[in-house]
Amino acid sequence: MVVTPFTPIASLLGGALIGLSAVLLMWATGRIAGVSGIVARLFPPYQDREFTGRLVFVAGLVAAPVLVRLVTGSFPTQTIEAGAAVLIVAGLLTGFGTVWGSGCTSGHGVCGLSRLSVRSLVATVTFMAMAIATVFVTRHWS
Amino acid sequence: MAIFVQFAIGLVFGLGLILSGMSNPAKVLNFLDVGGIPAGTWDASLAFVMAGAIAVTFVGFNRVSKLARPFFAERFYVPMRKDIDPKIVIGPAIFGIGWGLAGFCPGPALTALGFGSISAFIFVAAMCAGMVLARFIAQLPSSTRAVTPADPLET
Repeated sequence: MVVTPFTPIASLLGGALIGLSAVLLMWATGRIAGVSGIVARLFPPYQDREFTGRLVFVAGLVAAPVLVRLVTGSFPTQTIEAGAAVLIVAGLLTGFGTVWGSGCTSGHGVCGLSRLSVRSLVATVTFMAMAIATVFVTRHWS
Repeated sequence: MAIFVQFAIGLVFGLGLILSGMSNPAKVLNFLDVGGIPAGTWDASLAFVMAGAIAVTFVGFNRVSKLARPFFAERFYVPMRKDIDPKIVIGPAIFGIGWGLAGFCPGPALTALGFGSISAFIFVAAMCAGMVLARFIAQLPSSTRAVTPADPLET
């Protein structure tokens, strides 16, 4: 594992930007900024005409590090320790689970909790607990 | 116009993920690693991400909800469900395992694509496959459920 520094100020400000984005999306389109829901609805079956809007939102997410590199001259720190096999399993579980549970960290953890949704509270407690348990098993049981 | 605005909103989200450290899976895993508390390797930063985000959405959603309608849409599409069904526990439990294995949740994984990372590409491709599979299963006719929700993704 790689030790990472504690960054409360940057994390608080970054979190505030995420929140600002969610509020702006609600103001502009009237929809929840849940990334898993936005990505999943890029695939059929289509139930509305919001495809282009979702696609450009995702394009904005992908463009963010490119903009940071243009401004600062380098990419921010990123360390991905998982190998290809783990990434595939983790990706499948993340994709399936977020659709099955109607949301992820952004939709339930940020938007849902701030709207005092009981379903989002149940979902957030569950995925946090399972993620903590998974890391405990992979890092401390071997 | 709406297209440019939604791109900019996605960009702000991505910049927030980068500034906060969420786009770095090592940081996410170190937050989830409560077993690292005795060794001093636990990184509590991500609690601050959630606090910062919820502080803004709690106030912001309240303000926006007082508007007659969104700027580019006819009405608000806010989830109203309150029932606790098995899916709202099983889905997040499955997602939590995936999150704990690689340190990626959907937003940061997409932002990681912009770093030109092959690892992020592999994760996102698998994630999309998992989403398509779940959507396919969710719309299969079920003998145990009389009424199928109009949109299986509705929060």
